[in-house]
Amino acid sequence: MLPRDMLRYVVVSTLSHRLRSALTALGIGIGVAAVVLLTSIGEGLRDYMLAEFTQFGTNIVAVNPGVNTTFGMPTGVLNTQRPLSLDDAAALRRVPWVVAAMPAIQGNASVKGNGRERRVTISGVGPEMPLVFSFRVALGSFLPPDDPRSPRAYAVLGSKLRKELFGERSPLGERVRVAGERYRVVGVMESKGTVLGFDLDDAIYIPAARALEMFDRESLMEIDVLYEEGAPVDEVVKGIRRVLSARHGGVDFTITTQQQMLDVLGSVLDVVTFAVGALGSISLLVGGVGIFTIMTISVRERTFEIGLLRAVGALRRQVRRLFIGESILLAAIGGVAGLLFGATIVRLVTLFLPGAPLSWSPAYAFAAELLAVLIGLVAGVVPAQRAAMLDPVQALRAE
Amino acid sequence: MIELIEVCRDYVVGDQVVHALDHVSLRIPAGDYVSIMGPSGSGKSTLLNILGLMDRPTAGIYRLDGVDTSTMNDEELAHARQHQIGFVFQSFHLVPRLNALENVELPMILAGIPPKQRHSRSLGALAKVGLSKRADHRPNQLSGGERQRVAIARAIVMQPKLLLADEPTGNLDSKSGGEIIAILEQLNGQGLTVLVVTHDPAIGGRARRQLQFRDGRLLHDSGQS
Repeated sequence: MLPRDMLRYVVVSTLSHRLRSALTALGIGIGVAAVVLLTSIGEGLRDYMLAEFTQFGTNIVAVNPGVNTTFGMPTGVLNTQRPLSLDDAAALRRVPWVVAAMPAIQGNASVKGNGRERRVTISGVGPEMPLVFSFRVALGSFLPPDDPRSPRAYAVLGSKLRKELFGERSPLGERVRVAGERYRVVGVMESKGTVLGFDLDDAIYIPAARALEMFDRESLMEIDVLYEEGAPVDEVVKGIRRVLSARHGGVDFTITTQQQMLDVLGSVLDVVTFAVGALGSISLLVGGVGIFTIMTISVRERTFEIGLLRAVGALRRQVRRLFIGESILLAAIGGVAGLLFGATIVRLVTLFLPGAPLSWSPAYAFAAELLAVLIGLVAGVVPAQRAAMLDPVQALRAE
Repeated sequence: MIELIEVCRDYVVGDQVVHALDHVSLRIPAGDYVSIMGPSGSGKSTLLNILGLMDRPTAGIYRLDGVDTSTMNDEELAHARQHQIGFVFQSFHLVPRLNALENVELPMILAGIPPKQRHSRSLGALAKVGLSKRADHRPNQLSGGERQRVAIARAIVMQPKLLLADEPTGNLDSKSGGEIIAILEQLNGQGLTVLVVTHDPAIGGRARRQLQFRDGRLLHDSGQS
């Protein structure tokens, strides 16, 4: 039997029961649409999260004190961990490809100014922060490049803190008290919004050395190393490790590249997308049951036709193929309809709610269609096999 | 052309064995015109199914054109049905969603014959049964007699040597029935071997040779002297 004749035969018999075929295909269509929509939400969520994380730039390596140990060693006894110091940060600037190494420390304290008081996040940072985190100054300038060990008492306000304390008035040159200490405001940052619930605008930025003193800490919380665009990350990491372990006499710190963080985050979000896709596939399975039912009925109704086909020389496998073909066709039609429907919904939603975390993913759409066809195949196997195994004499006797 | 030697066909119904065919021996030369008669349950349909390679004997030998059919596998049987045998059924068995021409094409479609050749051969077969003008009609737009003529066109389109008709006039009035028999006889005149199962003595009596069956046994064979 020529392939196009087989296709024609399958198409004609599918179209001969328009309503029934349409309803059966609808079951699969709903399933595919569900998979498309759910994976679009998953992908959208992923894009949103990754965008949140990469807004600080991607060429960053974070160095934290301590080692993520997987052994149950009591850390109090064998603690030879040395603090990450300002000098460490200074030393890291000499590592090849490194553009900036910025000490960072965070805490909470109250800020008083203009007769008002507000409790905000205190970030002790280096003067390179705008460069490292691609964070721009709106007013004035950022912290000046003073001697890192004894910087002047200057502060830069987050946009929200500025509004709360000074309103529309320029705070430049004003004095504020941070945890009782006097600082002079030299700049205001641009608004950056919240990242994962953390308000970057409700903060004040002061030199790291002063923050260490303020919080009475020995060690920095983190050193953020910015390296040149396009530099080999592995080499940068090696350089950092070499310099720091020489200074500390061992590896008592953890290096995390932005890429690693993104990879971990990405793989978590991949699992989420896959899981919601799998949930959607349940409705595909229900559609498959529908196809199975209709194909079983169809084989019963067309028993004489099967007998006739066999009488005029059809092989069992030809009969089997014809019925599996119908089953696959139903699923494929439903799948395409579902894809169109799902894509339309995604388009409409993004049109009216531009910020919605929805992202049409062709890979998942293709996978959904493929899955639909596969379900059609599986649903058709048993009825088609039943048709193929019919005794032609018995089949011809059926009316 | 056809040679049956001591052919039996037993069915097991419950715990009873029914002898649908009981040691039937028969020779039918090519080009013969044979009617098979007998009451229901006499085994005439079983005989037709075995001759048409739709069913296999439980015992005995069936040679078609000198070839022992018991050695053939499913694929060879299907191939033989496709190329050597044409079937005509009492209730026509046309596929309702296909028009007359497409119904006639069906055996050629299954055989993988290209569309152009199929088309001309189907039209030729429809012309032979006098239905050229109805090629694009669906079965439900045709009368009973016309439907059976489409079925005959389908049976002969592969140019078989043997035509098996199972009660071909059973669902027809006597006028269209007569037309159908006339067509079969005309085909026989062109060299086709024709076997007709019927319980209508008027139709059976027209055949050159008449076989009488009862209880699975060949009771009377007018061709044997």
